[in-house]
Amino acid sequence: MMEIGLVHYLAVAAIIFSTGVFGIFVNRKNVIVILMSVELILLSVNINFVAFSTHLHDLGGQIFALFVLTVAAAEAAVGLAILVVYFRNRGNIAVSNINLMKG
Amino acid sequence: MDLAVLLPAVAFYVFAGAAIAFAFGVVSARNPVRSVLFLIMTFFSAAGLFVLMGAEFLAMILIMVYVGAVAVLFLFVVMMLDIDFVELRQGFADYLPLGGLLAFILTVELIVLGASWHVSTKAEGLRQAPISGDTDNLRAISEVLYTDYAFFIEAAGLVLLVAMIGAIVLTNFHKPGIKRQNISAQVARKAEDGVELVDVKPGQGL
Repeated sequence: MMEIGLVHYLAVAAIIFSTGVFGIFVNRKNVIVILMSVELILLSVNINFVAFSTHLHDLGGQIFALFVLTVAAAEAAVGLAILVVYFRNRGNIAVSNINLMKG
Repeated sequence: MDLAVLLPAVAFYVFAGAAIAFAFGVVSARNPVRSVLFLIMTFFSAAGLFVLMGAEFLAMILIMVYVGAVAVLFLFVVMMLDIDFVELRQGFADYLPLGGLLAFILTVELIVLGASWHVSTKAEGLRQAPISGDTDNLRAISEVLYTDYAFFIEAAGLVLLVAMIGAIVLTNFHKPGIKRQNISAQVARKAEDGVELVDVKPGQGL
């Protein structure tokens, strides 16, 4: 219990990942919280990458985590930009009405 | 109990517990502004875990990128949009049992998977960038990042550039009917265009 190994970090990442999935489920209407849940999921992926990287003494995992970070930042920027445009057009951010924009 | 074993364990449990508690706060907070603040604290705790694992550079990058950029962006958007957040929370209780059950099953499965996982004996030989004990984390990362992964970091820069241009193009919005200064039109303007000499005959108007 006191010896912290790989499994401990994997467990933390698993719990944060599930929290993110849970957040997507329960906040069906609030797209801002959905985006934050996606960030949580990406964070748990990063924890897994770094845990395996330090466990196997291979830097590749940390490098890959860096790229995951880059993509997460780009995703947040574009997602929030789409959100701002959607709000400007419709006056709310209810995701349930987003299928009205097709066609 | 040996202090050298006890202290990292205590630090791990503090950071891990904080990360999980704040992550739960993100998804369950009533006010999205609080969600963003919980998100910031989650990333701080995760950065602490990264330091414990020995990935100091990534820990600092996590704080800089997420707390300094992404979370501030979220905060900005949450505060800028005038939204009725109570309305958006409807359905929270309806999806709670299913979501909770799914999250619980997912957690148990992932932990069982992680606990029953063993390192292959060939894993040592398959390492691409082995960590040697005598170089610090930042130097070791920079040595492989700008040599073996040089193409990938340029591609990552391209992804960021495309995201930046995309965000600007999406949100850039010209309101019709606003008068702006047009410098080239001003410079190209000649005296003949601006002044008209009219020969007015006596006793007549224009």
